[in-house]
Amino acid sequence: MPQNPEKVIDHMELFRQPEYKDVFGRKQAEFEYGHPKEEVSRVAEWTKSEEYKAKNFSREALTINPTKACQPLGAVFAAQGFEGTMPFVHGSQGCVAYYRSHLTRHFKEPNSAVSSSMTEDAAVFGGLNNMIDGLANTYSLYQPKMIAVLTTCMAEVIGDDLQGFIVNAKNKDSIPQDFPAPHAHTPAFVGSHVTGYDNMMKGVLNYFWDAEGSPAREETDSINVIGGFDGYAVGNNRELKRIFGLFGIDATILSDVSDVFDTPTDGQFRLYDGGTTLEQTKAAKNAKATISMQEYCTPQTLSYIKDKDQAVAKFNYPMGVGATDEFLLKLVELTGKPVPAELTLERGRLVDAIADSHTHIHGKRFAVYGDPDFCLGMSKFLMEMGAEPVHILSTSGSKKWDKQVQKLLDSSPFGKSGASYGGKDLWHLRSLLFTDPVDYIIGNSYGKYLERDTKIPLIRLTYPIFDRHHHHRYPTWGYQGGLNVLVRILDKILDDYDQKTNIAGETDYSFDLIR
Amino acid sequence: MSLANEESKQATQALINEVLEAYPEKSRKRRAKHIGIQTAEAKDCDVKSNVKSIPGVMTIRGCAYAGSKGVVWGPIKDMIHISHGPVGCGYYSWSGRRNYYIGVTGVDSWGTMHFTSDFQEKDIVFGGDKKLAKVIDEINDLFPLVNGISIQSECPIGLIGDDIEAVARNKSAEIGKPIVPVRCEGFRGVSQSLGHHIANDTIRDWVFDKIEPNAEFEKTPYDVTIIGDYNIGGDAWSSRILLEEIGLRVIAQWSGDGTLAELENTPLAKVNLIHCYRSMNYIARHMEEKFNIPWMEYNFFGPSQIAESLRKIAALFDDKIQANAEAVIAKYQPLVDGVIAKYKPRLEGKKVMLYVGGLRPRHVVDAYHDLGMEVTGTGYEFAHNDDYQRTTHYTKEGTLIYDDVTAYEFEKFVEKLDPDLVASGIKEKYVFQKMGKPFRQMHSWDYSGPYHGYDGFAIFARDMDMAINNPVWTLTKAPWA
Repeated sequence: MPQNPEKVIDHMELFRQPEYKDVFGRKQAEFEYGHPKEEVSRVAEWTKSEEYKAKNFSREALTINPTKACQPLGAVFAAQGFEGTMPFVHGSQGCVAYYRSHLTRHFKEPNSAVSSSMTEDAAVFGGLNNMIDGLANTYSLYQPKMIAVLTTCMAEVIGDDLQGFIVNAKNKDSIPQDFPAPHAHTPAFVGSHVTGYDNMMKGVLNYFWDAEGSPAREETDSINVIGGFDGYAVGNNRELKRIFGLFGIDATILSDVSDVFDTPTDGQFRLYDGGTTLEQTKAAKNAKATISMQEYCTPQTLSYIKDKDQAVAKFNYPMGVGATDEFLLKLVELTGKPVPAELTLERGRLVDAIADSHTHIHGKRFAVYGDPDFCLGMSKFLMEMGAEPVHILSTSGSKKWDKQVQKLLDSSPFGKSGASYGGKDLWHLRSLLFTDPVDYIIGNSYGKYLERDTKIPLIRLTYPIFDRHHHHRYPTWGYQGGLNVLVRILDKILDDYDQKTNIAGETDYSFDLIR
Repeated sequence: MSLANEESKQATQALINEVLEAYPEKSRKRRAKHIGIQTAEAKDCDVKSNVKSIPGVMTIRGCAYAGSKGVVWGPIKDMIHISHGPVGCGYYSWSGRRNYYIGVTGVDSWGTMHFTSDFQEKDIVFGGDKKLAKVIDEINDLFPLVNGISIQSECPIGLIGDDIEAVARNKSAEIGKPIVPVRCEGFRGVSQSLGHHIANDTIRDWVFDKIEPNAEFEKTPYDVTIIGDYNIGGDAWSSRILLEEIGLRVIAQWSGDGTLAELENTPLAKVNLIHCYRSMNYIARHMEEKFNIPWMEYNFFGPSQIAESLRKIAALFDDKIQANAEAVIAKYQPLVDGVIAKYKPRLEGKKVMLYVGGLRPRHVVDAYHDLGMEVTGTGYEFAHNDDYQRTTHYTKEGTLIYDDVTAYEFEKFVEKLDPDLVASGIKEKYVFQKMGKPFRQMHSWDYSGPYHGYDGFAIFARDMDMAINNPVWTLTKAPWA
């Protein structure tokens, strides 16, 4: 009997005990009819080969372990960054349970969104009644300031007309005529969560900026910032606000989820907290310019804003010294204000930190995967520190993105061995890691399976992070963010050194106290 | 009924009315049928179940796809389960349920991987059957040790009218492996429950009816199966060890750590032992009708129920097994006594509110009772009437019952009834923790477990204690606030 009340052991130890090993052995030997061990080892080895890689890369129809989710996830995330806003997902209900779980598992925070719960009858007759009843229920139960309506693939396939439905629902008094209910079509079979973010952001701006009777644009000195789909938005948005504070810039973060996804435990549950106010959102039309921190999260939104005669600027998840420099210079250019001395000091401190530690990073080879902008920003920072991004992979990456990555790689001698893999997935990356190994992998929690198979250490630096806690509270943007990213990379490298040298009497002559 | 009981019942009814007040009239009427108070007379907890969720609320329910892929088929480890349709459903259900298995992932097991046909607009317009056929070829090419494939249909598949059955038939003949098409589109039915049923039916039609059990399999009079255990945190293992200890032979596990071979050989069992009745009763009933295999529901949560279940199971067999069952119960008694001696004083009298799926809203009640705790409210995400009939056996008179509770209702009920512990899922966890309420996830065991069997009970008790008695809950109010 392995269990003992004095020291209760859970699955991690329990199933390592001999009693359970016997159980597993019998099950396998008598009932599973599995393949012989040698055959499993042979195939396992084969999956690491060049031959397998070629087969793997010739896939045309099958996607395995992609680095992308579907549009509505991004749209829900974007909607939640606005004050008092309830995302209303029109379609079948299981989807919403999935988005809520996913975001909750990353941020370790409540996540609110409702579904119109369409079933077979709606598939046949359309979901208008679900919209009419649903909006009324959402409005009375959750008392939002805004309901952001979006679709799942079901509603898209049957062709439900959101705008018409919302008008219809308002005419039936589901919600007041003047109640804000922007919408976005977010079919799951087009693009990814990155696209969904863009669609919802554009939907919200369009709702307020083109509203009947809304005043014409009158330019102010204010700046808008759109963060894009960012798992570090809690830390990053707060860092941005600090930077704007130092500059003295009047800035609006459009869809600011930093407080929404970081409410205190103080005895009260807040269904809504923080977020960009609706007044700010309306006023954002008058801003001097809009800056997108993630180009691929905002192509349609920026084009819409540009059409309003507002200046736009775009970045690719700016991390590190050079990227932050560019961001600050853009702020200088747009506002005419000088870079605050405090930030210049911080810049110097980040350079100082890189200088102190570059020996551990220089020449190290990295695989980077995730959303298109993250991959660009991360690779740029790696090269800046003398590291080599080797495999850069994004399932949402397009041909345009491939070119952009190549251009970035060409800009530095450290990009020489790098290549981009737009549209590819983590099973492709697994082949690459075996046939052309790297020293470290940078990506999200799903990379832990790659780490296990290839023994290449994983550095968790993007969305989603399910198996480590609280990373999203620390910024990755700005010089402070750069420092955080540097430390996270270094911690893994130095841990890795220790693990490789910690066998007493065998490898511990390099088990150094001072590194 | 005593006066005190009558008063508390009236107070609970007043609370229900107050909570329902927030709804528009039509929805209020609908929701009222799903919320009730357990009475001695009611045979089914007095609530309606298994009907559509009202639109526009935060229901905690999932969909048919989640029921089939996430629960029934997904954990079969030596098959590849294609999330057929757009990328999302497979992405969100990737690795989330902790269905432990033993195998080399990507080589002879695929439980923590995500395979999808990643539908694009053109697949919606022109249909996805050709792509599906190609997906199957590529799977067979890249994963030669795969023993079978299932096709888990997402919403668009049914809407655009793809013939996945034809693809399954043709491709199965071509590659010589079973391929199972599952019409578990998310819009079907009212919750994940229909997905379980549909998945069970595909096992009937595409496994039992198409494949003969292995001829060389030697039957024994002690052959049983574990049906409806998903091996979350290793639950099926901590159950299996007990069945083996009383002298039975577990010839198949469904579906946690399960294999296609085990599914195929299940009709050779002497009796099917079913844990999650909701998700697997369909196939157990089918085997009873077609193969004359009796089935029995058991409950391995908490020592009272474990002992009762072991005795009930043993009673189906001979004296030897019955004697073994007594010996096993006696063997674990010191562990049970030790766990209760340690944790009961810390948990005695604590009130719990439950809200989960499947079997847990009733099965875990006695495990809490074993620790001296009280369940004051319970409800199911996707139960049917027969689940609520089974619940009355476990719940006390006056228990608040909420079927398909909305996030709004649940929050209000907890606020007013003020339990010492809320036990529900990830979507509910942080809502209640913000309120300063101890919480345990009862879908994933909060990444702990197992909770089944005697070994699991020790962990269950430890986890409830650590949730309720952690000092963090004394810190929620600032001293100056």
